Amino acid sequence: MAILLVVAELNGNVVTESTGELVAAAKAVASDGDEIVVAVLSDDPAIVGASAAGLGADRVLTVQHEALAEMGAGSFEAPVAAVTAISNSLSPAAILLSKSDFGSNVGPRVAAQVGGGFAQDCIGLSSASNGRISVTRPVYGGNALAEYVFSGDGVQVLTVRPTIFDPASGDGASPIESFDAPTDVGKISARLVETIAEESKGVRLEDADVVISGGRGLGGPEPFEQLQALADVLGGALGASRAACDAGWIDHSHQIGLTGKSVSPNVYITFGISGASQHMAGCSGSKVIVAVNKDADANIFKDARFGVVGDWGKVLEGFRAAVDDLAVS
Amino acid sequence: MGVLATGTRGEILAIKIAVCVKQVPDPDTPPSAFIVDESTKRVVPPPGTPPVVNGFDLNATEAALLLKDAAGGADVEITIIAVGSEFVMDVVKRPLSMGADELVLVDDPSLENLDAFATARVLAKTIENQGPFDVVLCGRQASDWDNGHVPLVLSEILGLPCISFARNIQITDSGVRVERSLTDGYQVVEAPLPAVVTVTNELGEPRYPTLRGIMAATRKTPTTLSLGDIGVTNEDVAPSLELTRLFVPESERNVEIISGEDEVDAGRQLALRLREENLI
Ligand SMILES: Cc1cc2nc3c(=O)[nH]c(=O)nc-3n(C[C@H](O)[C@H](O)[C@H](O)COP(=O)(O)OP(=O)(O)OC[C@H]3O[C@@H](n4cnc5c(N)ncnc54)[C@H](O)[C@@H]3O)c2cc1C
Ligand SMILES: Nc1ncnc2c1ncn2[C@@H]1O[C@H](COP(=O)(O)O)[C@@H](O)[C@H]1O
Repeated sequence: MAILLVVAELNGNVVTESTGELVAAAKAVASDGDEIVVAVLSDDPAIVGASAAGLGADRVLTVQHEALAEMGAGSFEAPVAAVTAISNSLSPAAILLSKSDFGSNVGPRVAAQVGGGFAQDCIGLSSASNGRISVTRPVYGGNALAEYVFSGDGVQVLTVRPTIFDPASGDGASPIESFDAPTDVGKISARLVETIAEESKGVRLEDADVVISGGRGLGGPEPFEQLQALADVLGGALGASRAACDAGWIDHSHQIGLTGKSVSPNVYITFGISGASQHMAGCSGSKVIVAVNKDADANIFKDARFGVVGDWGKVLEGFRAAVDDLAVS
Repeated sequence: MGVLATGTRGEILAIKIAVCVKQVPDPDTPPSAFIVDESTKRVVPPPGTPPVVNGFDLNATEAALLLKDAAGGADVEITIIAVGSEFVMDVVKRPLSMGADELVLVDDPSLENLDAFATARVLAKTIENQGPFDVVLCGRQASDWDNGHVPLVLSEILGLPCISFARNIQITDSGVRVERSLTDGYQVVEAPLPAVVTVTNELGEPRYPTLRGIMAATRKTPTTLSLGDIGVTNEDVAPSLELTRLFVPESERNVEIISGEDEVDAGRQLALRLREENLI
């Protein structure tokens, strides 16, 4: 009988959907008799514990400390100390976190403390022999997939890519226990001074049904205003490639991809984007991808469902005119 | 580890910065030329495509150079550290030609495709051997295995704070002040020195080497260390994950190319087609 420890992620006072996905991921590798434990780290777990109790885990452990406010954002030292302490006490077979700012910072550091290796951004999990976990993860910017098995016998720590698993849910409420925060949770050397949020105007990229995205092929900042205007009429949001953001044509908060945002709209329409694997990593969850590119051999046409080979400016002109006509009729 | 050398009035006299850089296959290789040898579980670079310094590590080098530019009277020394094998000298000297001072290569055939934990252990021993350093800069992730965790593991081994995804770094009297990039905005985080900081592309384009820089880099001889030199044991380089399979996922082209009388008309037809599918 082994324990699989899921570290919950919070949005305000409730656990995120990705936490339910982690429970589902844990179930995918659990054997009969294994126990799934969700750890909730917060400065006030009383309010949060309840939302974790509905995920179908065997139990919920709450850890309370003022240094865990906002889950120790920015410095991450408090959650590292808390999860390490839980791990030392429960000796879980594995610790699962979400591939988020929190998980990708906390996971490796916990792994360094508890020691059985770390796998980042897993999109597939299965159980191998001897309680070891086998994982699949994209590598080389998504050009290839790699399968790994944790060697040795230490605690296996991994992050799971959001939206890959359907969130688990349970009928009954899991029992909630509290876990005493170790003293080193409060010993913090790095300190979050402030968070400056970039307010997105209109629909959030992550929630949008339609995303219009532009790349280096647009040649400058002005075309992004045209794309934003189109996104506005369609009730969608504006995305961009890293090349366009790095050029300063559009803010980095619009970047889609491996190191930017992940979107999963009904339709993702690109203008002047070549379709590098690192870009596609952020939009592969889209139902339909549409490509407008002057190069018929561009990689984006491999992933696209619909495409036009041509100059973005001319194609956009006709596209916009038709959209406006459709709106009138 | 290092502590800032300060003068009688508390002014900073000298800062020692280590930048960890990795030599990687060129990530701009088009997917059509990206080939994997499944039997050896290795990526086969297209012929004639040399490796590059990992892009984020050039951002980290740029961050170090910006600290040097901003240092005023303080003496800033930048040491580049690379762990690996089969280094291409022109490639790994690029940070020197941008303006870094020293290059340290830990070069051993056994270091090819070292896993992230083992890499972090070797880097930690190298940093202890070559230090003390006040700041250790890394890229946010390496474009080969996209691990994004060597610097975090390194910081735990060294017992130092780690601030990730820096888009701006300042050295202050009390330590380091970092703007860390979020997908929506940024955070300001402060930590005492020494510290590990990972750098992201939002910091800005790395500078191009100048002719003078290239000449200076040509004349510099890297310090080459073996595993024995820094006391790395077999246990240090033991992998914690075993790669069991590496493959390129199948994808078939399934695109409906929409045309019209001209490009403007093709755009119009595209909109109509998407409406037909209820997508817009
Ligand atoms: C570790 C790592 C992480 C990365 N993370 C990301 C990420 O998160 N997001 C991301 O986007 N990238 C990322 N990248 C960069 C990525 O590899 C590509 O370099 C980038 O996506 C290219 O952007 P692009 O398609 O806009 O530019 P290009 O590749 O230069 O493509 C421009 C396209 O525009 C077309 N074009 C030119 N003129 C016209 C015209 N008049 N009309 C129509 N089409 C035209 C061209 O045919 C070309 O296909 C990452 C890279 C690395 C190494
Ligand atoms: N072999 C290496 N030599 C030097 N630095 C490395 C090496 N591997 C990783 N790094 C550093 O760690 C960062 C993150 O790498 P990774 O965790 O492998 O994605 C890189 O951007 C480098 O700064």
